[in-house]
Amino acid sequence: MLAPLSWLKEYVDIDVSAKELEGLLFSAGFEVEELKEVGADITGVVVGLVETCELIPDTHIHVCQVNLGEYGTQQICCGADNVCVGGKFPVAMVGATVYATAKDHVTVEGVMTIKKGKLRGQESNGMLCSGTELGVTEDMYPGAGYNGLLVLPKDAPLGMDVKPLLGLDDYIFDISVTANRPDCQSIIGIAREVAAVLKKPFKMPDLSYHTDGKDIDFKITVEAPELCPRYIAHYVSDIQIAPSPAWMRRRLSLVGINAISNAVDITNYVLKEFGQPMHAFDLNDLENTEIVVRRAKENETIVTLDEKEFRLNPENLVICDKNKPVALAGIMGGLNSEIKDTTQDVLLEAAKFARDNIRRTSRALGQSSDSSQRFEKGLDEYTTQLGMKRALHLMEEIGCGKVSSAHFEVSAGNSTDAHPLTVSVRRMNQILGITVPNDEIINCLDALGFAPQIDGDDLHVMVPAWRDDIDDHVQDIAEEVIRSYGYHHIVPTFLKEASVTAGGRNADQKLLLRVKKTLCAQGYSESIFYSFFSPKDLDMLRIPENAKERYAIRIKNPISEELSLMRTMLSASMLNAVVRNLRRGNTKGRFFEIANVFYPKELPLNAYPEERKHLCIGAFGDSETFFTLKGALEALAETFAIKLTFTRSTTTFTHPGMTAAISLDGQEIGYIGRVAHDLCASLAIEKPVFLCELDYDALRPALGKALVYKPVPKFAVETRDLALVVGEEITCAQMEDAMTESCKYLTKVSLFDVYRGKQIGEGKKSMAFKLVFTPDDHEFTGDEIDKYVKKLLKKLEFMLGAELR
Amino acid sequence: MMEDKIAAIRAEIEENISSLELSAALYEFRKSFLDNKDGKISQLMKGMKDLPKEEKPAFGKLVNDLKTWAIDKFDEYNEKIKAKELEQKNKDEAIDVTMPGVKNEVGALHPDTMVIGELIDIFAGMGFEIYEGSEIENDYYNFTALNTPKDHPARDMQDTFYVSDDFLLRTQTSAGQIHVMENKKPPIKILSPGKVFRSDDDATHSPMFSQMEGLVVDRDISLADLQGMLDTFSERIFGEGIKTRLRPSYFPFTEPSVEVDVSCFACGGKGCKLCKGTGWIEVLGAGIVNRHVLENCGIDPDVYSGFAFGMGVERIAMLKYGINNIKALFESDTRFAEQFKN
Repeated sequence: MLAPLSWLKEYVDIDVSAKELEGLLFSAGFEVEELKEVGADITGVVVGLVETCELIPDTHIHVCQVNLGEYGTQQICCGADNVCVGGKFPVAMVGATVYATAKDHVTVEGVMTIKKGKLRGQESNGMLCSGTELGVTEDMYPGAGYNGLLVLPKDAPLGMDVKPLLGLDDYIFDISVTANRPDCQSIIGIAREVAAVLKKPFKMPDLSYHTDGKDIDFKITVEAPELCPRYIAHYVSDIQIAPSPAWMRRRLSLVGINAISNAVDITNYVLKEFGQPMHAFDLNDLENTEIVVRRAKENETIVTLDEKEFRLNPENLVICDKNKPVALAGIMGGLNSEIKDTTQDVLLEAAKFARDNIRRTSRALGQSSDSSQRFEKGLDEYTTQLGMKRALHLMEEIGCGKVSSAHFEVSAGNSTDAHPLTVSVRRMNQILGITVPNDEIINCLDALGFAPQIDGDDLHVMVPAWRDDIDDHVQDIAEEVIRSYGYHHIVPTFLKEASVTAGGRNADQKLLLRVKKTLCAQGYSESIFYSFFSPKDLDMLRIPENAKERYAIRIKNPISEELSLMRTMLSASMLNAVVRNLRRGNTKGRFFEIANVFYPKELPLNAYPEERKHLCIGAFGDSETFFTLKGALEALAETFAIKLTFTRSTTTFTHPGMTAAISLDGQEIGYIGRVAHDLCASLAIEKPVFLCELDYDALRPALGKALVYKPVPKFAVETRDLALVVGEEITCAQMEDAMTESCKYLTKVSLFDVYRGKQIGEGKKSMAFKLVFTPDDHEFTGDEIDKYVKKLLKKLEFMLGAELR
Repeated sequence: MMEDKIAAIRAEIEENISSLELSAALYEFRKSFLDNKDGKISQLMKGMKDLPKEEKPAFGKLVNDLKTWAIDKFDEYNEKIKAKELEQKNKDEAIDVTMPGVKNEVGALHPDTMVIGELIDIFAGMGFEIYEGSEIENDYYNFTALNTPKDHPARDMQDTFYVSDDFLLRTQTSAGQIHVMENKKPPIKILSPGKVFRSDDDATHSPMFSQMEGLVVDRDISLADLQGMLDTFSERIFGEGIKTRLRPSYFPFTEPSVEVDVSCFACGGKGCKLCKGTGWIEVLGAGIVNRHVLENCGIDPDVYSGFAFGMGVERIAMLKYGINNIKALFESDTRFAEQFKN
């Protein structure tokens, strides 16, 4: 919301600096995003009188002696065509800063500092300025738009700084207005708040007018009161279309609106000053002197002022004459009834349209305007009435037309008066946690227009008609009081009345953190990736069309197709991160992510989907192998005393010989594998990459088992190393299982070497295992162990064809 | 005769012992004299049996003296050789201590996890439980129950990702407030961390980020309590002496609503680049729970009151660790991760 200081000053006596006012507004909940001095770039420019002016022969340049009052008389060369003896112009003295313009004297190219110079051999101590060079437009100062010198009034005092003269000493507040305060999307709204923070009266703009225009007979029907709770129309005759007065053009210009003509400017002015969108119809274009506010018919069309055609439906509200739509309600007027230079009679409209309907129509049609944006923020009907009065006053004041007595107002019956509210002082103070003195409560609320009275514990207020945000409970009033009284008055306490509660992570939350820390200890760093991914990610991993992972929840309004599906697996994000790292020259890395995947029960979603936590681990680099990653999983399993089983398997994106399914208690919960060579090639990956993804939620119950101590065995363990020759097809797991089954005292079997070579024979390998035997009730003798080993070897030979090497 | 033999042995030992350099050689040399069976001195002892009886004591003494002398001699040399050998061994084993150590590479937790962990530790001590809601949320819980009905202008404050007419990616962890209050009666103290989503993707915005929501509902909970608790929080997370400042703001589900600034921990409030010269840094939004929100959850607002606060986890992480780009948090660059090991 842009609010010029000069405009605010019209309605509040502001006796503090712009900077101080910024601080006061900030404390009251109105953050000034930018405080802009209008002429911030302009310095050292004063009023000068050209006393002599001689043309340098064969040029367009004049040498002038310019009287600068207290700054003396300076010789200045000037090329403008309107320089003349006796003229008063802005003079940028040596050292002044003004805008530099391009050759066309119109395009601003930056700020320049004026230096002493010489033109055609003539000394020049300054520069006579145009409006553009001072950043002043025609709308801001009449005559400033001329492509030559800006002419100052005859009575301008010599040597005076031109900034106040041209309005360049003004400030514009760009205020961030919170969504609960649509009333402050207006100059008067901000002025009311300024008055409150300064504890000064707010002066309402002049709303008076005389009804001396022609009268007419007119009919207004509102067929959709739910979308238009108030519709006000007023007839203005004898329209004289002309430019608006300078003061109005200047104000509009300061808030970024181009002046068009008096009738149109008034509607824009009221929109900015009161926050009430207005519309003016050329009455001659309205058939049968009739306005009907109704829902559009299916496929009805309208061409708006910007010459765009829209096809409408009953969700859209239109303003119609007897036969046709003449405006898209609250959004834009129709081309068929716009104000023209020849317009003689105008029907002014001020209405309140339902914000949600305007919002939906504006979104659906892709058509928006200052008016629609204002309606979307919310508007109160009291302001609708004020806005019409103000517009009529301005019609009269600037001589745009004659106000008639033909006033039409249709309302759904909402009150536009202040309404009473009583709250408890004690309860209000209890919410704030401090006791605000009663006289302060009165002061604060009075300044905000609440007409407060305190009677015992009862605080009676009249909620101003423009404060639709006040929801009629004590918290609303507490908020008004404290933002006015000041938050610095709060004395912090530490939950002095609150009950003691037991806090902290629950078991699952603790477990999750332990799992993460275990993986960190294995060298893996935690990743967080977006919860959404791309259909292309599924393609990348060659996930088949009918796979569960393809049944993903689609975001209806994604930022891009790349971020359009809720993840059904984490591996793709991890692989993408690996590719990103390699591209950035990071040649090795280890990461893990624990995040949700999303499985819908049905699509489109009409119930909460299943959100399951998955664990994904990725490792890449020359030193990584299948077994380094598997080792991390084993460490995890060991930490939580669970047993993961790995069986040869395949996926669509991993190496067929280096992939395993991971199971827990016979249930498959994930995979581990090396990313397939051809996939790596297509992703330009030149390092080995290993991935693993587990259903963490399936794993979790097993992780949470209580720890139970088993006494340390009394007797020393015995170890034996065995090298066994077996066929290539025999797996380590088969050997381990066979050995473990053969002897109950064999408590640990671990492979420590695999050897292949001539002595072993073609198609065979030698596997070396370390066996640990743990006795239970007596010390083992060497003979005993030998006996167990013998039995074990026999079994291995029988089952797997293993021979002792 | 016997005396000559003793002298010869003595001379032999004297002559040869100094040339021995290894303890193993000394051992062999010693054995050649003292071995019970074959040792030269032992042999002398054995030769005693052929001597006349009266010569035996004198000779026996001589041999014993020799033996004692020899043992001393060998021991002395043994010490010397051992010392020399140890010196050599130490010399041989000397290493370049500046060579790199052999270490088990450790990984790092994500900065979000670190910050959330720290926040949980702070608030758990104050009695807050942890509640984690779902990422896909019903429109009712994310907005309507939080006093933000459909087409409420406050919905424009957040660009929402919808996945169906009724379901969306939660835009705020505040959604968790409702689930908790529907299922738990006061006193309530919960902390709700989680991922949230907004349709905003530029240099300073990420479409996904994390929030931490806090909620206290009990009898007589006030704005002063909120500030007192936030003061404690700020000191713990940003350092001793950090102060908070409340200033008015707006959230549909709290009233009064406040933005909470902390005094700048980089400059101590004097004004610097980090705080843009203001001396204050905005860290979170908070307020007294709006009565309608309590009513929506079946909690009597005339009996209970509460406050809620919510902060951006990445914002805290970025402030705390000086991370300048939010996107870096979601890229898993190894050079990023390496810096967060602890």
